Amino acid sequence: MAQLVAILATTHHPFYYRTSQLAPEEAPPFAAEWVRKVEAYRETLTRANPDVLVMVGSDHFHQIWLDNMPQFLVGKAPFYDGNWENEMREFGLPKLFFKGHEELSAYMLREGIDKGFDLAFSNELRVDHSVTCPIFTVRPQNDLPIVPIYTNIFAPPLPRPERFVALGRTIREIIDAWPSDLRVAVIGTGHLSLELGGPRQFGPHGPDPEFDARAVEWIGNGDIDGCLSEVTLDSLHAPGNATHGFMDFMLMMGIAGHVKADYADHLDLFHTMEAYFTWYPNPQLIEGTRS
Amino acid sequence: MSKYLLNKFLYTVDRDAELTERYREDPAALVAWWESELAGKLLNSIDAEQTTWLRLTDAEREALVAHDQVALFEMGAHPFLTLTLWIAMFERDFDEPLGMQLDYAAKLAHVELPYPAIDT
Repeated sequence: MAQLVAILATTHHPFYYRTSQLAPEEAPPFAAEWVRKVEAYRETLTRANPDVLVMVGSDHFHQIWLDNMPQFLVGKAPFYDGNWENEMREFGLPKLFFKGHEELSAYMLREGIDKGFDLAFSNELRVDHSVTCPIFTVRPQNDLPIVPIYTNIFAPPLPRPERFVALGRTIREIIDAWPSDLRVAVIGTGHLSLELGGPRQFGPHGPDPEFDARAVEWIGNGDIDGCLSEVTLDSLHAPGNATHGFMDFMLMMGIAGHVKADYADHLDLFHTMEAYFTWYPNPQLIEGTRS
Repeated sequence: MSKYLLNKFLYTVDRDAELTERYREDPAALVAWWESELAGKLLNSIDAEQTTWLRLTDAEREALVAHDQVALFEMGAHPFLTLTLWIAMFERDFDEPLGMQLDYAAKLAHVELPYPAIDT
């Protein structure tokens, strides 16, 4: 069976790439610490030595549009282009090109549908910054095939938080049962409290530091039950109007299960809090932790 | 109310740099052109497959022509779409980093929770 070697749940800050490219004299004061934390986080993936990456993210009205809106979608293509013209314009993100892993995509779709998730699919998908940002942060050499999975955290009606957790559990079951000798890592990105296009946007911190503090506790402790007891579709409006992206973290908690993260870090930035979590389901598979 | 069509305007104009510039420079002309050429275009189809029933209301058209992002917010246009397009059009007019975004937030300072629903 395949080995699930690492689970990474993180924010996708579209300005990281441009910030990390600035010369020290041009960079904002928070840049050095940000880059340092990201490079330390990158090492948590490198150590796991994965062969294929399952990438969980959410299209931001780039390819997925309101005339045809899937709740959960799996990419099934031999290749993927990445990033859009308006992401280059706004964030300075370059276009990327990915290899796909069609065999795992097909297996994910077949098994997911059979396990109760009527997953949509795409044979021609241009992934956006929810998938490309973690490549810039944790795998900048972009050398591994990917299986993108998109969730709808953006266009109501949305699936409920419980459904994100359940899909995470199902993805875990599917990867654990995949008849392959490959090492799989899952990287999912979302948000803590976030406001976009509203009165609380782009403040000195995320719009709700209290929510952020609770959220990093839930994630770091694998406290799925505590998180589900407080988080609902309605409650997520209060911390900021784009906070439903937190449900992608809940999906990743579903993959990891009720266990503490092996690596937990965060960074209080303008606009939003950055978060970096990694689980190693089988630490014996990880370089440097073999006993 | 046609929140969907408002969003379709923001979506189609934001993703096309030429339309973004035309909307910045002459919003009345661009909105009129858009209503005749793109409002009814089924985006994944040929021109013959026009959607026949989509119309902006007068208030929606006025908000778009006036570049009135506060009215768009209050009508329930998707805030991500509006913000992204506004950054593309107006960030260049501000000297300070995030100046446009903070001005945009200040213009919405009167808004209280719950925000207008964005369901379409």
